[in-house]
Amino acid sequence: MPEILGSSSPRGTNGRIEITRDEVAHLASLARIDLDDAELDHLAPQLSVILESVASLSEVAAGDIPPTSHALPLTNVFREDVVVPGLTPEQALSGAPEVEEQRFSVPRILGEEA
Amino acid sequence: MAENTDWTRKTAAELADALAAGETTSVEITQAHLDRIAAVDGAVHAFLHVDAEGALAQAAESDARRAAGTLLSGLDGVPIAVKDVLATDGLPTTCGSKILEGWIPPYDATVVRRLKEAGLPILGKTNMDEFAMGSSTEHSAYGATHNPWDLDRIPGGSGGGSAAAVAAFEAPLALGTDTGGSIRQPGAVTGTVGHKPTYGGVSRYGLVALANSLDQVGPVTRTVLDSALLHEIIGGHDPKDSTSIDQPLPALVEAARQGATGDLTGLKVGVITELSGDGWQPGVMARFQESVDLLVKAGAEVVEVSCPTFVHALATYYLILPAEASSNLAKFDAMRYGLRVWPHEGASAEEVMRASRDAGFGDEVKRRIILGTYALSSGYYDAYYGQAQKVRTLISRDFEAAFEKVDVLVSPTAPTTAFKLGEKLDDPIAMYLNDLATIPANLAGVPGISVPSGLADEDGLPAGFQVLAPALADDRCYRVAAALESALHAQWGGPLVPKEIA
Repeated sequence: MPEILGSSSPRGTNGRIEITRDEVAHLASLARIDLDDAELDHLAPQLSVILESVASLSEVAAGDIPPTSHALPLTNVFREDVVVPGLTPEQALSGAPEVEEQRFSVPRILGEEA
Repeated sequence: MAENTDWTRKTAAELADALAAGETTSVEITQAHLDRIAAVDGAVHAFLHVDAEGALAQAAESDARRAAGTLLSGLDGVPIAVKDVLATDGLPTTCGSKILEGWIPPYDATVVRRLKEAGLPILGKTNMDEFAMGSSTEHSAYGATHNPWDLDRIPGGSGGGSAAAVAAFEAPLALGTDTGGSIRQPGAVTGTVGHKPTYGGVSRYGLVALANSLDQVGPVTRTVLDSALLHEIIGGHDPKDSTSIDQPLPALVEAARQGATGDLTGLKVGVITELSGDGWQPGVMARFQESVDLLVKAGAEVVEVSCPTFVHALATYYLILPAEASSNLAKFDAMRYGLRVWPHEGASAEEVMRASRDAGFGDEVKRRIILGTYALSSGYYDAYYGQAQKVRTLISRDFEAAFEKVDVLVSPTAPTTAFKLGEKLDDPIAMYLNDLATIPANLAGVPGISVPSGLADEDGLPAGFQVLAPALADDRCYRVAAALESALHAQWGGPLVPKEIA
């Protein structure tokens, strides 16, 4: 689970739910989205309003209510271990931004200069 | 048949009959719809991509099958439009997002494959809120769709394109997807029919996921019978979807035909107390009450049923959905498909990822990803996501208790008629409120249909009537909706039709 900065309680010191501009910037970083200053200014108050409006939930369900992650009672599903047709390499690579030697070509993933 | 028959005005069932009677051909019908798209879609903007060549080729193949006596289904030759969130082999699939601009999937979604195996020519891909996040189609990166009833108003969302295409006679049938109401709410505000199947009733393979535990594919049509016909083609078990229910569909077409006889004797209907009151448009409520009265006339017994936790459904949804969406959309990382933006030469994979996701995602998508990331964060997880999952249990329990007392539950589909384009675009809470009545069904996985209930007095715009049934009992939705539709058509002297688009 990603950590987020600040208090471990969703409520700020004044009892209202607040999500600061810095917190939004940190969340955006965790979500791997570059947000510019204008976007941060715009998003922070909107997210606070949304969180304020969903805060009522904390009083609805008691601790002994089991959580539902899915509408169906799910069990894992296996298929027969047999070969079935799949995508060809050409098909699998057909949407790639860049291809090299029948592989996905990606930007450098290590910290050193390429 | 007369040369001047306008095939675009016919229902899918009527088109199938005309084809069977040799009155027309699939090529003629398909061409008529392509002509209609060319004439009105500049104003409506229901389509993101029109595949005239492909549709006509599929139509010609259908005509050849008919001549050879090798038809694939009852709807063989009847054209259809497909929401752009479903993968179509060889046709662009953008999900209304810039991040997938130009992407052409190398495979078909199971529902699309089933359309092809049933012989339905595919007219094109319909507009939607980006990644199905929205209730107005204004969050499409390719511009909003306009409501055929009033071009200055929203067609609902996220499947506004599919609903508008059907309402504007650009297609007799369309596929939609419904995560919190994206089939039913557009149906309500465009005067069309839309059904969200039982969760697991229709395959999600090849549906670009918004929220896996809530998404379902379903039919978008102008009549209840057409929805049942289409549902029987797309529904049923699919080994490629691990959440697909491995049992046969109920007899949906039969239920729609039975309902259309207008007899609901012995049926118990529950009106949901919590889905009315302050904030519900009087004209919408008036049409709803009249529809309830018609069900009574048809022999149904109507009682009021309270589902107390439904008032928390919206808050529950707006925690669960962003949590699932933030995780699902992590796959758009600029590596294997989609947009890749280099912030500077020699940038790292992570820098490319950040820049690409900033450039490729729109405002609402960013809002929900950030919100979901927050709700799943350490220290907040229990307070938000965990709590929402518990309330989800309570909402399912409310449904279970209600369905012990009644066969179906009913409510207005949406609290208001179509609002003006732009009116709620930058007010997320006001936008989310549109889904108040449709969300509980997604959280519990039960089926729901929206059928037109008439025009609101205040603005002359369509309102919708929602029928919810227990899981796997989709046939009840079709039966009740068909009975209401037939009673209302008898009153109106036919279906509601928007005035011609200028």
